[in-house]
Amino acid sequence: MSARPALLAFMRKEVRHLLRDRQTLAILLLLPIAQLLLFGFAVRTDIHAVRVAVVAPASDAASAALRTRFANSGRFQLLPAVPHADSLESLLRRGQLDVGVVLPPRLADRLTAGEATRVLVVSDAIDPNTGTTMQTYAIAILRDWQDALGAARGAVRIETRLRMRFNPTLESVNLFVPGLIALILTMVTSLMTAISLSREKERGTFEVLLVSPLHPWQIIVGKVLPYLALAMANVVSVLLAAWLVFHVPFQGSVSLLLSASMLFALVGLAFGVLIAAITNSQLAAMLAALGGTMLPNTMLSGLIFPVTSMPLPLQLLTNIVPARWFIEIVRGIMLKGVGLSVLWPQLLILSVMLAVLLTLAIRRTNVRLA
Amino acid sequence: MNTPAIVARNLTRRFGTFTAVDHISFEVQSGEVFGFLGANGAGKTTAIRMLTGLLAPSEGEATVAGYDIRTAADRVRERIGYMSQRFSLYDDLTVRENIRLYGGIYGLQDDEIARRSEVMLGELEFTPPVTAMVRALPLGWKQKLAFSVALLHQPAVVFLDEPTGGVDPITRRQFWELIYRAAAKGTTVFVTTHYLDEAEYCDRLSIMVDGKVAALGTPAALKAEFSVASLDDVFVTLARGTASSGERSP
Amino acid sequence: MLRVLRVLLHKEFLQISRDKVIMRMLFVVPMIQLIVLGNTATFEVKTSALWVVDQDRSTVSRGLLDRFTASGRFDIAGYTATMRPGDDALLNGSANAILVIPPAFARDLERDHRSTVQLVLNAENGSQAGVLQAYAAEIIARYSTVLGSVAPQARAAAIAGGSAGMRAAPVIEIATRGRYNPSLEYKRFMIPGILVQLITIVGTLMTALNIVREKEAGTLDQLNVTPIRPSVFLAAKLIPLWVIGLIEFTMGLLVAVLVFDVPVVGSLAVVYAGAALFLVAALGVGLWVSTVSDTQQQALFVTFSILMVYVLMSGLFTPVRAMPSWVQTVAQINPMMHFIALVRAVLLKGAGFADVWRQLVALAVIGITILSLSVGVYRKRAS
Repeated sequence: MSARPALLAFMRKEVRHLLRDRQTLAILLLLPIAQLLLFGFAVRTDIHAVRVAVVAPASDAASAALRTRFANSGRFQLLPAVPHADSLESLLRRGQLDVGVVLPPRLADRLTAGEATRVLVVSDAIDPNTGTTMQTYAIAILRDWQDALGAARGAVRIETRLRMRFNPTLESVNLFVPGLIALILTMVTSLMTAISLSREKERGTFEVLLVSPLHPWQIIVGKVLPYLALAMANVVSVLLAAWLVFHVPFQGSVSLLLSASMLFALVGLAFGVLIAAITNSQLAAMLAALGGTMLPNTMLSGLIFPVTSMPLPLQLLTNIVPARWFIEIVRGIMLKGVGLSVLWPQLLILSVMLAVLLTLAIRRTNVRLA
Repeated sequence: MNTPAIVARNLTRRFGTFTAVDHISFEVQSGEVFGFLGANGAGKTTAIRMLTGLLAPSEGEATVAGYDIRTAADRVRERIGYMSQRFSLYDDLTVRENIRLYGGIYGLQDDEIARRSEVMLGELEFTPPVTAMVRALPLGWKQKLAFSVALLHQPAVVFLDEPTGGVDPITRRQFWELIYRAAAKGTTVFVTTHYLDEAEYCDRLSIMVDGKVAALGTPAALKAEFSVASLDDVFVTLARGTASSGERSP
Repeated sequence: MLRVLRVLLHKEFLQISRDKVIMRMLFVVPMIQLIVLGNTATFEVKTSALWVVDQDRSTVSRGLLDRFTASGRFDIAGYTATMRPGDDALLNGSANAILVIPPAFARDLERDHRSTVQLVLNAENGSQAGVLQAYAAEIIARYSTVLGSVAPQARAAAIAGGSAGMRAAPVIEIATRGRYNPSLEYKRFMIPGILVQLITIVGTLMTALNIVREKEAGTLDQLNVTPIRPSVFLAAKLIPLWVIGLIEFTMGLLVAVLVFDVPVVGSLAVVYAGAALFLVAALGVGLWVSTVSDTQQQALFVTFSILMVYVLMSGLFTPVRAMPSWVQTVAQINPMMHFIALVRAVLLKGAGFADVWRQLVALAVIGITILSLSVGVYRKRAS
């Protein structure tokens, strides 16, 4: 009996197996889309209504003008007037206020008299970036107000024209979709392969396969190929959904992206085979896959937390996380539109990782079988 | 007692379009050792699950220890014991901890538990220490201990689901001696088994085929009815689906 | 009945404490995760690589450049007179921002007191770009003030020395104060949230696995034929995990305070009240998962899927107020969101009962509802 038909028959069985486990299949096909929708709708960073309160000791034209500016700005939600600066504290503590602007007493008089005067901007900074950003918005409004009051006569003003590249709409989803693809690929390849292979081992059916005319490598390929197909199907569906629902940009080459995805999927598959080879039970394989692939890919890959923000030792650690390089590739292709000429280092690194993992996986599997 | 320990009338259970148990009716007297036989998939386990209150019947009714399984399930549970081949005692607890657990669950006070367990372990001639983990016991001891623990609260009926699976023949004999002892004290024993030689030990037995009770009676009566020498042959005849079958009242 | 409960609780504690794998998952793994995540979970923007396209090359333009360098937030990645190299740098990632200074910069400022520079930012990460924009805006604004506040003659000296000099015109000075986070660092903000997430994972997953394991082993049947009432059985399953959840929370708090210097401004009593209520909800979800799963693997997948939704909508990584309004409404039934808000408010802001009573009420309502629903589902399935 030649090897080919046996392998095909085996693969057909694997596919049927996969299709029959309806619950897992449903999760594997729908979860990525659900994740995409979640990331697209729920995970955003720009606050569209900054709650601001103006504290003015006396209601005069200047403070009224400021209030109006905030109310009309479209970015701010003006809260009712707060009498004392002290009341700001409890509002901030309850999370009911984002920014407080405290105007000094006798503001108008001071300006007319040409006295220096100080406005205090108090913001809730427990979330540093958001706090900083909201503060900046408030200051921009204040400067316009300052200009209008003529309080900046003779001052020098350098305007800044801003241009946001690669993500003009500043949508967070554009940032997350590449990482999401990495996460899905990891789940379908590493996690599922590890579970599937270790389940066969646990049940003892693996040994039955081994005494068949099939070579060990054929068994592994046969097991692994359906998941590769599933993984690529996921990539395509997520990309389509991202483009249709969220209009995520796609600047670069589709074929390059798909090739890179396949490369990353193979890395994940190799990892899954390796995990199955070195663990003894399904539960252990599952936990090892979760801890060794899913966790690093969420925490250390740049998916959510930028690598550049991490402390140096952890930044170095991210170098051995395959997802980190893959995410750079996908972001480069999708958002920046760059190609092989820029991304070859990342692709090379992934290829080396694949080679290493494959060698390890084959060697450990053979050892177990022998 | 005059009322039978178990009464089943037209007990039926369907799963979708599949009828696992098809209108079975029988009675078991108290103190009887009743064997419940049948091939795999014949409906034995489903029937037991209904009688022990684990599964609701689709049709029909049953009373166990004098209480209706549908309306008075709680009362039934207080008066029955259960032991299955798959599981009975917690592997990761010691012998003593298991005894205390089940004793406590059935409402026995600490001193009562201590007394009964001493008697029970003495009767069993239980040699391993009570501080041993159950998982460390040999299978034979596990099964015998499980049976005894199921009797700790002195139930009226004890259900045994293939209790001697995987155990050596000597231990099986010893197990059946325990069963006889319990029956002699008035406990009704409802046991399912695959071993047809064990079927011979029962006072009466029923054989289920395709969800129905195909034969019911004492071993001797069944052999005579089918004109065969052994229960094995009774079984084979039934399985082949010959004409002579049907419910019989004792 | 209480006695049966006591007996069952005893069994649960014995089983849990004897299972090495579970003990490790309950106590060791979350702490390791906390420590690693505590270090990686930051969105802080450190120094960014800035490419300068200086088409003026005057003292004034270089003065601006110096201010960027002096701020400590920017490193000059390149200094050219044309755009092209800057664009390339942005494409290949060697720079994150480009500052373009127009040709007549110094002259326009001198003559008209106005000029415009261009700032090009890599906005792949919109939030980080926003922060970079804020830093740059501050630097530019300060420079403008400096240029405007000195008499022309002394301006050169001011540019070189950076002194404020005398004011030429009344100016409203804008002072800023960021509350609750003097050093503007992320640890104190993220770690309480991470701790909550860990407790949730452990509490929900362990509850689900605990019951499903009995299902898989068949011991559930054994218990179902006994006179144990379902409510007692459930209480025996949930109470140990509730206690363990609180213990874990305490351990995590210790790590947070001792290792990461997270402040404890408010009262821990409020935090623990929230934790107690929150765990009820978390365990309730775990119970529900156990009713829909037959194997431990299924329990794992289902828990993971549910928790993902919870975590992403909890405000842990991104602000709840940034979500669209309808999503924010949905998020109101997420107990994690309320508890994270509560913990942050109490630990970092010093909030007391009066400040967070809304969160406590929400947690109580959600917790009791989830638990009752799950118990109902469990009972139905068991019969």
